[in-house]
Amino acid sequence: MIGERGAKAGGLVLLVAAAVAFPLAFPDPAVTNYGVFAMIFVTAASAWNVFSGYSGYISLGHAVFFGSGAYAMGIAARDWNITGAAVFELLPLCAAVGAAIAVPFGLIALRVRRHTFIVITIAIFFIFQLMAFNFSFTGGSAGLSSPFLTWQESVYDTRFYYIALACAAGAVALSWLVRRSSFGLRLRAIRDDEDRASGLGVRAMRVKLSAFAASAGLTATIGAVWFYYVNQVQPQTGFDPLFDLTVVLMTFLGGYGTIAGPVLGALLVEPGTLWLNTQPQLAGASEIVLGVVFLVVVLFVPRGIIPTGGEWIRRLR
Amino acid sequence: MVREIYQAVADGILVGGVYALMAVGLTLIFGVLDIINIAQGVLVVLGGYLSYSLSTRAHIDLFAGLLITIPAMFALGVVVHWAFIRRLRGAERTSMTLLVTYAVALIVEGVLYKIYGANNVQLSAPYTTASLHVAGFYLPWIYVYGFLLAVALVAAVYLLLYRSRFGRSVRATMANETAARLVGIDTGRVGALTFGIGVAVTAAGGMVFGATNAFNANSGYDLISRLLAIVILGGLGSIAGALAASVFMITLESVVTIWYPTWAIAVFYAALVGVLVIRPRGFFGRKEVRAQ
Amino acid sequence: MTALLRADGIRKAYGGVQALGGVTVEVAEGTVAGLIGPNGSGKTTLFNVITGYERPDAGRVFLGGTEITNARPGTVFAAGIGRTFQLTRIFARLTVEENMLVAGRRKRGHDRRRARELLEFVGLERHAGLPAGSLSYGQRKLLELGYVLVADPAVVLLDEPAGGVNPTLVTHIADRIRQLNANGTTFLIVEHNMEFVMGLCSTITVLASGEVTASGPPDVIRSDRRVLDAYLGADLEEDPDTDADGPGAPDGGGGDGETGDAADGS
Ligand SMILES: Nc1ncnc2c1ncn2[C@@H]1O[C@H](COP(=O)(O)OP(=O)(O)OP(=O)(O)O)[C@@H](O)[C@H]1O
Ligand SMILES: [Mg+2]
Repeated sequence: MIGERGAKAGGLVLLVAAAVAFPLAFPDPAVTNYGVFAMIFVTAASAWNVFSGYSGYISLGHAVFFGSGAYAMGIAARDWNITGAAVFELLPLCAAVGAAIAVPFGLIALRVRRHTFIVITIAIFFIFQLMAFNFSFTGGSAGLSSPFLTWQESVYDTRFYYIALACAAGAVALSWLVRRSSFGLRLRAIRDDEDRASGLGVRAMRVKLSAFAASAGLTATIGAVWFYYVNQVQPQTGFDPLFDLTVVLMTFLGGYGTIAGPVLGALLVEPGTLWLNTQPQLAGASEIVLGVVFLVVVLFVPRGIIPTGGEWIRRLR
Repeated sequence: MVREIYQAVADGILVGGVYALMAVGLTLIFGVLDIINIAQGVLVVLGGYLSYSLSTRAHIDLFAGLLITIPAMFALGVVVHWAFIRRLRGAERTSMTLLVTYAVALIVEGVLYKIYGANNVQLSAPYTTASLHVAGFYLPWIYVYGFLLAVALVAAVYLLLYRSRFGRSVRATMANETAARLVGIDTGRVGALTFGIGVAVTAAGGMVFGATNAFNANSGYDLISRLLAIVILGGLGSIAGALAASVFMITLESVVTIWYPTWAIAVFYAALVGVLVIRPRGFFGRKEVRAQ
Repeated sequence: MTALLRADGIRKAYGGVQALGGVTVEVAEGTVAGLIGPNGSGKTTLFNVITGYERPDAGRVFLGGTEITNARPGTVFAAGIGRTFQLTRIFARLTVEENMLVAGRRKRGHDRRRARELLEFVGLERHAGLPAGSLSYGQRKLLELGYVLVADPAVVLLDEPAGGVNPTLVTHIADRIRQLNANGTTFLIVEHNMEFVMGLCSTITVLASGEVTASGPPDVIRSDRRVLDAYLGADLEEDPDTDADGPGAPDGGGGDGETGDAADGS
């Protein structure tokens, strides 16, 4: 009995140690760069899973929060003339912007379910992308660029890596907290049978909306970090339709509705896609590869690696 | 100004007819199989490219080429259904089918990009540049022909559904799959054929779309988002709803374009959001009943 | 005896089909009442109206002295009416123990303790950690009963608790109902298994085509001519008018043994 818990705790410690040591072990900035993006997507996928994985409402509109976080950071830093590392004090503000957008968004979209919900989130996503294109305070199609950060090239990637790692740790902690709370239990009851849960006194709208807002806040935070890392945001990169689909793929690959699933999925998919994009002989074919990976996942590990693997291990014993 | 509005409405109805054709395929697939086919947009683009190759390489007329492309796309639809869609079962089916059809979209898009590159192309024929002038209005022939084609094909789908044995099986499956299976309908076959038909209409839709718009492998995303908005607004699974919503949405967009060209597409999506706030099931949507 | 639950003149039609044509049913506090009638006579519809899952076209529902007509299901539940469904509705991907906690609203520790007790009470404690979706049909019925009880409802409505359940479990379920009733819980039970109903209920109401045709204690019902004609005369295992079930659907244990669809409403 100690076995399983002990193994889990041990594994967790090892994982954290490996994550912390990663940039020290591979000091090459090009490698660290992969690490930063991986951590950004660990955060994004975990955040998405906290809402969609637990509630069963598949959101394809989380890019709204990612982009809003990036733009909130960019606009605040620009208008208040904030430069240097002080910009990171704006992160809570970005989270609040994401959560605040999620409330009206959710009040509209969470009235409908399944496919209709999915399409509503896509529609709202496009409205946001268009606003970013057309308003002047968002910089139009040129977007925004970040004020110069005076970090030396040698430490730039490493510092961002640790910032993103902290966000990822926060996201995993949130998944874990929600998962074991009675709030999370209600959320997962909604996923199984929302009407029955309401009939047992679960205030479904309130529960869904809270999860949506929490997930949005986290997504906005990592969007802001991403913006600072890549130094710029345009409407089609901040509000990127592929963002949601990538996050969905990561989560399903690892294990939908589990804590470790989105983490594992992001760690596999993000470096994988980055690497594919650097291969000259695969120029333009990365989409095909991604599509094939999708199909393989759905047809052969439909429940994701973590649940399927767990079953295999149980069967071996 | 009044003239411009009339012109915009006329354009909206003509273009809306073509969207209706593509949307009917989407809503039919949804109604029978309970899935959203994300690949519908990119398949329209594929249909456009097929017509493009036939007309530039083999010098086959755009409309005559449909005799080849429609069966080809039908076959593709049946294959996709057979290879992937029918295998999906269980609690996570909604999201799984979303992933599968999206994967198909990615692969098709990637292949098209490999073959045709990133440059925009547009289909051309004598009737794509000439226009019909009636009562001082200016209607490009391709819009008129495209509209007529769309009307004919939608009517054909309608007749197939409401006047044939196969159509009866399809409608029975849409109403209640379990019951349909119990009375001996081969719902697997119905699903495959429906997916085939739903995809086949994109051949025609893609041809008209490609003749009225410059497009490349990427154009599918814009299309699918509009089509999804249309079928949701019309009520998922409702053919009449898809027709009404296509004409309504495209006309709305084309009228708004007169004053606010940059905001037109936002109005398009805002209309969807607005309608769903008032009627969560769209114009003609059925209630998802859950007995006992 | 005061009526704890009272449904008064309930009418409900679906399109042209009249499911309930002015039904009045009373359940006295502390009793176990039965509701019987052929398939399609409106029993489940009455449950749906009482618990807020459907709105009546006319009529009113009272719990104690308060009117709860048209209240939402969650409100009705909070007011003290728990129910189960004919096709059980459990949370398939939650564990059995987690299912027991969905309805809880008090302190976490209290709910957990109560959930444990009730799991033992319905005999599912050995399955606490399993996903509820892996339970057998009869065990699901027990689980649904169990998780409803966590909130200590004053009245529990059971829709075919014995339908499709093996005989040993049926006895077990009947025992549990008796025990709960002895502790003060009031029941209204829909059931096709006559032995079960007659043995358990102190009053029985008979519905046919959405109308009450008789009501009274079991022995009166048993000998009532109209009831015999409408219901009991026919072989209980095979009701004469089952056309609602579709052609050729084999009907094993009087209810429907369909188990698969409980989990697909994501
Ligand atoms: N959601 C609905 N839509 C349309 N008709 C319905 C609906 N629910 C019930 N009905 C109809 O109302 C009538 C009463 O049905 P109900 O389910 O209440 O019967 P029941 O007494 O519970 O039958 P059974 O013993 O088979 O469970 C039936 O004719 C049924 O077809
Ligand atoms: Mg019933």
